[in-house]
Amino acid sequence: MRNRILSGLAAGAFALAAVPALAQEVVKVGLILPMTGQQASTGRQLEAGAKAFLAQRGNMVAGKRVEIVVKDDQGVADISKRLAQELVVNDKVAFLGGFGLTPIAMAVGPVATQAKVPAIIMTAATSAVVPQSPFFVRAGRTMPQMTFPIADWAAKNGIKSAVTLVSDYAPGIDAEKFFKQRFEEAGGKVLDSLRAPLASPEFSPFLQKAKDLKPDALFLFVPSGQGATLMKQVIDRDFAGSKIRVIATGDVTDDDLLNDMGDSVLGMITSHDYSADHNSPENKAFVEIFRKVNNNMRPNMMAVAAFDGMELIFRSLEATKGDTNGQKLVDAMRGLKWMSPRGPMEIDAQTREAIPPMYIRKVERKNGELYNVEFQDAGSIKDPTHTHTK
Amino acid sequence: MSGSHDKDLQSASARLLKQSHSRWYEWLFWAVALSLFVIFGDFIPGVPTRLMLLTEIVTLALLALSIDLVLGFAGIVTLGQGAYFGLGAYVAALLAKGGAGTFPMSDPVIGLLIAGLVTGVFGFVTSFLVLRGSDLTRLMVTLGVALILSELANQMRWLTGGADGLNGVMPSAVLGIWEFDLWGRVAYLYSLAVLFICFWLSRRIVNSPFGLSLKAIKNNPLRARAIGVPVNARLVAIYTIAAALAGIAGALLAQTTQSASPDMIAFHRSADGLLILVFGGAGYLYGGLIGAAAFRVMQDVIGNITLQYWQFWLGAVLVALVIFVRNGIIGMMVAGWARLRKGDGQ
Amino acid sequence: MLTILFDGVAYGMLLFVLGIGLCVTLGLMNFINLAHGAFAMAGGYLTIVLMNRYGISYYWGLPAAFVFSAALGAILERTLYVHLYNKSHLDQTLFSIGLVFMSMAIVDYFMGANQQTINLPPALDGRINVLGASVGIFRIFTIVICGLLTIALQFIIAKTRFGSRLRAAVDDGRVARGLGINVTTIFALTFAFGSGLAGLGGALSIGIISIDPTFPLKYMIYFLIVISVGGTTTITGPFYASLLLGVADVAGKYYVPEIGGFIIYTIMVAVLILRPQGLFTKGATR
Repeated sequence: MRNRILSGLAAGAFALAAVPALAQEVVKVGLILPMTGQQASTGRQLEAGAKAFLAQRGNMVAGKRVEIVVKDDQGVADISKRLAQELVVNDKVAFLGGFGLTPIAMAVGPVATQAKVPAIIMTAATSAVVPQSPFFVRAGRTMPQMTFPIADWAAKNGIKSAVTLVSDYAPGIDAEKFFKQRFEEAGGKVLDSLRAPLASPEFSPFLQKAKDLKPDALFLFVPSGQGATLMKQVIDRDFAGSKIRVIATGDVTDDDLLNDMGDSVLGMITSHDYSADHNSPENKAFVEIFRKVNNNMRPNMMAVAAFDGMELIFRSLEATKGDTNGQKLVDAMRGLKWMSPRGPMEIDAQTREAIPPMYIRKVERKNGELYNVEFQDAGSIKDPTHTHTK
Repeated sequence: MSGSHDKDLQSASARLLKQSHSRWYEWLFWAVALSLFVIFGDFIPGVPTRLMLLTEIVTLALLALSIDLVLGFAGIVTLGQGAYFGLGAYVAALLAKGGAGTFPMSDPVIGLLIAGLVTGVFGFVTSFLVLRGSDLTRLMVTLGVALILSELANQMRWLTGGADGLNGVMPSAVLGIWEFDLWGRVAYLYSLAVLFICFWLSRRIVNSPFGLSLKAIKNNPLRARAIGVPVNARLVAIYTIAAALAGIAGALLAQTTQSASPDMIAFHRSADGLLILVFGGAGYLYGGLIGAAAFRVMQDVIGNITLQYWQFWLGAVLVALVIFVRNGIIGMMVAGWARLRKGDGQ
Repeated sequence: MLTILFDGVAYGMLLFVLGIGLCVTLGLMNFINLAHGAFAMAGGYLTIVLMNRYGISYYWGLPAAFVFSAALGAILERTLYVHLYNKSHLDQTLFSIGLVFMSMAIVDYFMGANQQTINLPPALDGRINVLGASVGIFRIFTIVICGLLTIALQFIIAKTRFGSRLRAAVDDGRVARGLGINVTTIFALTFAFGSGLAGLGGALSIGIISIDPTFPLKYMIYFLIVISVGGTTTITGPFYASLLLGVADVAGKYYVPEIGGFIIYTIMVAVLILRPQGLFTKGATR
C-alpha cells in the first residue's frame, strides 16, 4: 500500500524531485501487471508473489533498498508500453517486470532495449518473446517446456491417439504444435487439432467433436484463469465414461481455481513446473509466507514466477554489488542457479530463458482441498525453439 | 419539434458565418495543448514526463472526434469505430515494419495518409450497412463489423501476427528529421499536429452547407429528404470521412507505440471512444478532445490512488455526470457560462 | 447429430435467459440498460455464495438469485434509474456503463478477481440418453426452465391486467396516467422483474460457465446480439433468435470449425441488414 501511495505521489504533476542522495540508495522495480480486466487474477497473483518475496527476504540487498512500483496496464499492450516508458523516465526504475500477455512483452521490448533496463518476463509464455530484446530475461516458463513432458507421459502410458483442444491464440497454437510434434515423434497420432475462439464461453461443439473421434486422450490448453469454465463442460461431457483420458498443461488446473472445480477433476493428469503442493522446505516456507501476507490466498504458477523474478533481481544486484548498469545486471543473471519453491531453477546463460523443473501431476484431495500432486519428475528442459545464442 | 427545425433553417446562413470564425477560447485551448509539451516534456526539473500519456490522449481524442462527426452531427449511433481505428493501426504498423525504418515505406506521414486512405475505402464500403434501421440496429451492425474484423485480425496470423501482435514496427523519423524518442517528445508534437489538422478539417466540414445538411438529417431524416437533401449520399460521405479519421488515429497510436496488437481493434476501443465522446459532450467537436483528456487523466490519477478499484470511482463519476448535467462536460461548461452571464445581467 | 442440435438449443436457451431481462427493459420500457449483465452477475455470485459458503442447495439458489437481483433492481430503479427515463439513449448508455464499471469493482473487492464456480447437485449432473443421443441433464434443465419462462412471460404481458397496464404505460405514459394507471409503480415493478430475470439467468449460467468480475462486459455483446436479432417488441422474438443463434453457433463450430468464430457475428449483421427491426417482429414499423 505504501508503495502505491509513493508511486501515486511520484506520478502526480507536482511531485518534487527525488533527493539525489536518497535516489542512490533506492533501487526501484517497476511491475507492469494487469490489475483490472480479463487478466486481473494473473496480476493479483504476480503482485502477491513479489510481496511475499519482500516479506521473506526483507527489502535490503547490497546495501540498497529495493522498492516495488506497481502499475495497472489492464492487459492492453499500448498502455503497457506507455507505462514502461514512464517508469523508466520518471521513476528511474532499474528493472521492469510482469507482462501478462505476449503482445505486452513485445510492446515493452523496444523500451527495455532503448533504456538498457532489464525486463523480467514473469507470465507471457511464447518462446518468441525473449529474442526481441537483449534485456529480456525469463522467470516463468515457455509453452514447449510445459507441453513436452505431458506428451512424453502420454506416449509412455498407453495413449496411442489424441485430440488437442486449445484456445485459438498464439500460446494455444504453440501448445498444439509442440504437443503434436513431441507426441508423434514418440509414435502417437494426433487425430484432430481443435481450436476454440478465445472469447467464447461455449466449448460443447469442440468437446463433442473430440468425443466423437474416440481418441485415447484429449489434450487441453486454455489461458490460466479460464480453466474453470472449460473443466465444467469437460466434466459435463463425461469423457471418463467413453474411456477417453483428459490431459492438459497445468494452466487448466490452476491452483487459483482448482479447489472450486469439485471432485470430478480428481485423477486428472497435467504437467507443469509449479504446484502449491510441491514437497520441499523452500515451497513450504513460500506457501506459508504467501498466505500470511496475502489474505490466505493460495499461490499459483504466476505467484512463483514473480517470486523467482524478484530472486533474480536480488541475486543480480548482489553480484554487481549494487551497480544498476542494465548490461551488468543482465550478464549477472545469465547462468544463475538457485533453489526455487518449484525446485532447482536455472537461467540459460546463452538464451536468457528460464530452465524450470517439470513435473507430471495428478489431482488429488489432501487435507480437504484439491491439489495437483506431483508423482513424476520430468526433469529440466531447455526451451527447444531457440537458435539464437546471445 | 417543428419550430426548432424551421428556426435551424432560417438562421442557417447567419449561423454558418458566425460559427466559422474561431473564438478566443479555441485559441486558448490549442495554446494550452501546446504548452503542456513544455510543462511535461522533462524540461523542468522535478516535473515528471507525461508526454506518452498526452500522446495517448491525443489519439483517443482523434478517435472520439471521428465518432462525433457521425454521431454528434449526423446522428448515426456507432459502436464500431474501433474497426477503422484498428485497421488504420495495422496498416501503419505493417508499412513501418515492411520498410524497416527507411523512407518511403516507413515514413510516418506517408503511413498516416495510406492508413487514412485504406480505412476511408473500407468505411465507404461499410457505410451502406448503416443507412437503415433504428439506433439499436446501427449500433449492432457497426459492432458486428468491428467484431468480425477483430476476429479476422486474430485469424490472419501470417499478416497480423495473430494474438501476439506485430513487433519490429519501426517508423522512420518524422519528415526525415525527428526520430521518435523515449520521452515521447516527437510523438506528442507529431500527434498534436495531426490532431490539429484533422480537427481543422472537421471544423470546416461541419460549418459548411454540407455540415448543416447533416444536422437536418439528424433532426429529421424524412423531412430532410423531402426538402431535397440527398440523405444517403450525405451519410455515406460523412461516414467515410469519419472512418478515415479513425484510421489516422489508429495509425498514430501504432506509430507512437511502435506496435500493433489485436486489442487495438478490440471492442473496448469502440466503447471507449463512444464513452469519451458522450462524457465530453457530443456535437461540439471539442467534446471528444476534452472528454479524452478528462477521462484518461482521471483514470490515471484514480489508478495511482487505488490500483485495483479505480473502475468504481470512474463509474461513479460517469453516473453522477449523467444524472446531474446534460451533454457531458461541455454541456456543464455551457450551462455554467450561461448562468454566469445571466448573473452579470441582473 | 442430435447431440449437437441439443447442445445448440441449450446454448441458445442460455443466451435467451441472459438476454430476456434486457428485452423487458429495452423493449417494454425503451431504456438502454447496458448494466443488465451486472444484475445477472449479482444473481450468479449470490448463488455461489449461498452454495459454497452456506451449503444451501442450488434449487434454492435460483429463486434467491431472482429475488436478490429484483430487489437490487428495484432499489437502483427508485434511486438512480428513475432520473434517466427522460434522457437520451446516449445518456442512458453512459450511465449504465458507469454502473457496470462500479459493479465490476465492487464484486472484485468482495469476491476477488478469479473465476468462481459451483458444483451442481448430483441430480442435475451427468448425462442421460435421449433417443440414442447422450445429453447433459443440466442442459435439459435449462431448456425446460427457459421454455416455462417464455410461456409465463408471454402470458403475463398479453393476458393479465398488469400486462395491459404495462403496455398502456409504455405506449403513452401521460394518457395511461390520466386513466388512473400508476405508471411509476408499473415501471418500477417491470424494471425489478427484468433485473430478477437477469439474476435468474446469471444463476443458471453458472451451471455451464464460471463467473468473474468482468462478466457484465464479457457477455454484454451476447445480450445485445440476442435482442437485436430477435427484435424487442415481443418475448417470442428473442426466444427464436436465441434458438437460431445457439444452434447455428454450435453446429457451425462442429462442422466448419475454421469459421467458428465468425458465425454468430455474421448472422447478426446479415439479419440486421435484411430485417433492421429484427427477425421476429410483428409489423416492422416503429
